[in-house]
Parts: sequence; structure tokens; C-alpha cells
Amino acid sequence: MALFGAMMVITSKNPVYSVLWLILTFFAISGHYILLNAQFLAVVNIIVYAGAIMVLFLFVIMLMNLNQTIEPKKNRWLKFAGAISGGCLLLVLVAALRNTEIKSQTAMVNTGDIGLIKNLGKELFSTYVVPFEISSILFLSAMVGAVVIGKKDS
Amino acid sequence: MYLLAIDWFFILEKFLLIGLIVTLSMVVAMYATYGERKVAAWLQDRIGPNRAGPFGILQPLADGGKLFFKEEIIPLISSKFLFILGPCLAMITALLTSAVIPWSTPLHLFDKDIPLQVADINIGILYIFGVVSLGVYGIMIGGWASNNKFSLLAAVRGASQMVSYELPMGLALIAVLMLAGDLRMSVIVNNQIEHYWHIVYQPIGFIIFFVCALAECNRTPFDLPEAENELNFGYHQEYSSMKLGFYLFAEYINMFISGVVMSTLYFGGYDIPFVNEANWDINQNLLAIIGFAVLLAKAFFFVFVFMWIRWTIPRFRYDQLMKLGWRTLIPLALLNMVLTAAIVLWFKK
Repeated sequence: MALFGAMMVITSKNPVYSVLWLILTFFAISGHYILLNAQFLAVVNIIVYAGAIMVLFLFVIMLMNLNQTIEPKKNRWLKFAGAISGGCLLLVLVAALRNTEIKSQTAMVNTGDIGLIKNLGKELFSTYVVPFEISSILFLSAMVGAVVIGKKDS
Repeated sequence: MYLLAIDWFFILEKFLLIGLIVTLSMVVAMYATYGERKVAAWLQDRIGPNRAGPFGILQPLADGGKLFFKEEIIPLISSKFLFILGPCLAMITALLTSAVIPWSTPLHLFDKDIPLQVADINIGILYIFGVVSLGVYGIMIGGWASNNKFSLLAAVRGASQMVSYELPMGLALIAVLMLAGDLRMSVIVNNQIEHYWHIVYQPIGFIIFFVCALAECNRTPFDLPEAENELNFGYHQEYSSMKLGFYLFAEYINMFISGVVMSTLYFGGYDIPFVNEANWDINQNLLAIIGFAVLLAKAFFFVFVFMWIRWTIPRFRYDQLMKLGWRTLIPLALLNMVLTAAIVLWFKK
């Protein structure tokens, strides 16, 4: 379902349908999280992505009123470059995922509750404290940047 | 009853429970419409509906029948699938939230303890939060699919209002979670039965939560998505017949559920006030039913307060709404959260 949703995202003509399919994809991904017994991740995924970010996406697209597909003629070289960069991304992903040890991963998942909120919190604030804090600073800087850009005009 | 390694009795029990709860919220929502009109009439010194049945008690049935028999209109240039999907989504998300609410103490039937809660998942309250955040889509899709600029404007208003009031709601929730130490709804209720109700520790948090609940249900004074005098009728302008009924109905279900959630989080859930019912020497089933009635009474009180506010306070302007949400409620909720954290830490030492 996730794959089908993702396919529909890029094949839909109407951007609004695209966004709706994307939301469906997020739901499917949340379903996977639940199957992996990571309920917290599943719900946070829904709250943050499906509940907030995609709503903002919908806003913008609905207000821009892109109903008539007045697509500008795309440069052929641009298409070519897009295909190449997409292929590069695929190559990197495949190379990265090829060497992961799937067996040990599933074993860890099977022991149960790594995704439950208590264990997740303990891990985040003990083993992974530094990356966690750095990512929060990154978010803060992004927020400050957005405010600065918003204030520029007035 | 085990067949194919599946506990069929368990599945049957859950199905029954789900059916019961959904029916209950439907019936409550139905009579909430009646209650709303009666309360409005009472506040405005009128009589209210009194024709169908004694005291107009059959009025909701008559309304429902009328909505079913009205002509159904689907605008030609709208996208048909989304147009139908909108009210369905509104209804589904309204009903989904009831799944994690603990309705009462376990019943004891057929030598088994049957918990009166559909799912006691360990992210309980976050689940409610997630489903509430999805409630936006019913409005947005409906408003956009109507292909009408008033509907679209109302949908955008409604969605941005809901997104911005979710934040202080979540922050107010975190303070409660720190007190209870768990996200599970049953643990939150038990914590209140053992100690005091959370309203004692969290008066500010409750007020924030209450205001946000009003905004999330699109009730006056936050009913800008339905502002008749500016937007004709709001996001459901193009809807008719039962699809319109679904939108209006979903609002009442939301109201009821948010009343239940508020009484669960802040007013001890099914705890009977001022007595220790664990000492009573009565049947467990009876106790469960009393607890359930108490929870319902608390929820109905909140529904009544919602109506009371609706017929007393005029609507906000949109900039006032945003200012209240972002400049008042969020800093207040943050302050409340930090204070609660400090105090909890202080007493744990």
C-alpha cells in the first residue's frame, strides 16, 4: 500500500490528489511502525507529518489553484539531469542498504519493545544525547530563519 | 474459545464493545442536538422544540428523517469522490477517538474480567491527539471539493485554527503526563483515583485544554469556519441531505468525546467524587455501571458548558483568534509545563 500510494503521488495529474496520496503513504508507513511494535513512532509520524505538515502543503496548493495544468515546457536537458540525479540517489541508497545485516536487525526487533516510548526516551537521552540536541538546535535555527525571512518585508 | 490459535471470545468482546461505544456516541450526539436547542431556548427565554413527542423528545429523530429524505446535490464541477470523502472522514475521525478511553472499571462476566476500554495501548493519549489532528482533513477536503471560494476560505480558516490550537493543547497535555508518569489512559485515571484529581494540580492546564477543545470542535466563540455573515455558511455550504448531517453530527460527537476526554484527564474519569468506592461491598458489575454513569455525568456537564458558552459569547475576529492562540495560550502553556516539571522534580527528590 505504501508503494502504491507513493506511485500515485508522482503519477497524479492534480497536485491536490498527489498530496492526498502522500498522506495515505504516511499512513501505510505508520502501519509498518505499528507492526514493528514502535507505536510511539507511528503516532508521532501521523501527528507531525499527516496532521500538520501535509495540512500546510494542502493549504498552499489549494490556494494556488493549480487545477488547470498549465505546465511550462520543460527543457530536455533538465529532464536528463533529473533522471541522472534520481539514478544517483537510487545507487547510493542501494549501496547503503546492501551491507546491512538484516538478520541481526530482525532479531533486535523481535526482542520486542525498542520502539515503545520508555525505551525510546531512555535511548535518546543517554546514548544519543548529542545528536538529539544538535538536531533540536538545527530546528531552532530553521525557525529563526523563517521568522527573519517573514519579517523582511514589513 | 480458541480456534486457529485465536481467542475468538476476545474478538467478540471487543467487537461488542466497539459497537456499543459507537452507538452510544451516536445516540448521545443525536440528543446533544436536542439538548443544544433546548439550552438555547432556555437561555433566550423561549420554549424550544416541543412538537414531536412529549417535550419534543422525538425531535432528533424527525430531524434525522428529514435529512435522509432531502435531495442530495453534488456540484457538477466538484470532484465527486473527494466531495463524498469529506463528510465520511469527519465522521470517522470523530468516532475513532473513543477507542482508547477507559469507560469504567472492568465488568465481571462469564468468569472473566472484561475491561471497558477498547484498547489500552501504551501511547493512549497521543493516539487521541493524532486522530484529532486528522480531523482537519474532513473540513479541508470537503471545503476544497465543493469548488466554491467561500467553502475553500472557510476550510483554510478551520484548518489553520485547528493546527494552531493543537500546539497549546499538546503542551497542556504534557503537564498532565508528567503528573501521571504514563501515557496510558488507564494509568492516568488510576493515578487520579489514588491521589487527587488533576484539576487540583493543573487548573491553568485545564483552562488551556478547555479553550483548545472549544477551538478544535469549531464551537463558538471559535466557530469562524462557519461564520454565516462572512462566509455564507462555511465549509459545508455546498452540502445537502445526510452529508451535511454528517458534518453537523461529527461536531456533536466531537463535543461529547472531548467532554469525556476532559473528564478523564482532569476530573478523574470514572472515579466517584468524595468517596472511596473500593471499600464498598457491592457487586463489581454494579460498581462498573455506576462508574460509567459518573463519567457520563461529567461529560454531559462539559457538553452543557460548551452550549452555555455558545449562546453567551459572541464570535472572535480572526486576528483575535490567532493572537489568543499564539501569543497567549502557547506561552502560558509553556510556562505551565516548565513549572510542573520543576515541581514534579522537586517532590521526587
